[in-house]
Amino acid sequence: MFSLTGRKALVTGASGGIGAEIARALHAQGAVVALSGTRAAALEALAAALGERAHVAPANLADRASVEALVPAAEAAMGGLDILVNNAGITRDNLFMRMKDEEWDSVLAVNLTSSFILARSAVKGMMKRRFGRIIGITSVVGVTGNPGQANYCAAKAGMIGMTKSLAAEVASRNITVNCVAPGFIESAMTDALNDKQREAIMANIPAGRMGKGEEIAAAVAFLASDAAGYVNGQTLHVNGAMARI
Amino acid sequence: MSDVAERVKKIVVEHLSVDPEKVVEGANFIDDLGADSLDTVELVMAFEEEFGVEIPDDAAETIVTVGDAVKFLEKNAA
Ligand SMILES: NC(=O)c1ccc[n+]([C@@H]2O[C@H](COP(=O)([O-])OP(=O)(O)OC[C@H]3O[C@@H](n4cnc5c(N)ncnc54)[C@H](OP(=O)(O)O)[C@@H]3O)[C@@H](O)[C@H]2O)c1
Repeated sequence: MFSLTGRKALVTGASGGIGAEIARALHAQGAVVALSGTRAAALEALAAALGERAHVAPANLADRASVEALVPAAEAAMGGLDILVNNAGITRDNLFMRMKDEEWDSVLAVNLTSSFILARSAVKGMMKRRFGRIIGITSVVGVTGNPGQANYCAAKAGMIGMTKSLAAEVASRNITVNCVAPGFIESAMTDALNDKQREAIMANIPAGRMGKGEEIAAAVAFLASDAAGYVNGQTLHVNGAMARI
Repeated sequence: MSDVAERVKKIVVEHLSVDPEKVVEGANFIDDLGADSLDTVELVMAFEEEFGVEIPDDAAETIVTVGDAVKFLEKNAA
């Protein structure tokens, strides 16, 4: 029902915890995947583990020229692009009053502006082919806000607004544009938390555990499938009931 | 009708599913041929493909009638 056989997908941040799981899930459903990130060696390793139907497309999303070149490179490698997953993201946390311009700018550039440029460049071919799936990995805090993360929350909220607008523009061309909003997901970042921090987080998660990368990937695979063709302009929250929104 | 005009007309008829007789030089894509703004973007993309040219955004904005497209392409197409 959720087969992606014959589909071509570009996943940014595929060298990271969640992105690698997304790439694995799309690939397992039959898609050809292009893996992007800055660490070419990590991408190569994942591509080797996946075997056939996996390409590597390194790019630095903090650099405009590099962002502009990514979709054309992925299209050339795979012979088209049906699914774009804007998953790469960074944090530069600081109290609002202490936040540096550079911390604001870099988070907006990598988390939001690159998503805009990649979507703009991908949607052209999708319009021609009358099929497309653009999926942004936002965050629960893009909707709820979070102290110390004004830049990150602004970027993630921006992604949701951009998604809704683009969905309304291109829905008539059989293109869907949606977000997946993870709550707390086990990752290198959350592994580094101490017991006290971990406890405080758990107290707010009714499910009593953090989510797994593959649980985010499953939501992405669903949205990428033909079966989700009428789900458009939405944000799918995957957070163990941490926020009911 | 020139060769360019013929090819433009064919694209417009196919893309907007309109009566060929309506696709005259003075026909405005939006007002006369029922295109929406997204259709006009797609038409420009189709012209680019057919004629192997790049139509920059500022030029695309000036192409509002069938005649505008023909004129631009006659001048710029290889
Ligand atoms: N983990 C969570 O609990 C959680 C919760 C909510 C939302 N999210 C979101 O989920 C997404 C993935 O997070 P994650 O936990 O998997 O993080 P991660 O393991 O730190 O991975 C981040 C990915 O983004 C890529 N990236 C960072 N800066 C880049 C740049 N300048 N150019 C190109 N790629 C860049 C990294 O590539 P390189 O390492 O190769 O540079 C890496 O693949 C992010 O958007 C994050 O905001 C995560």
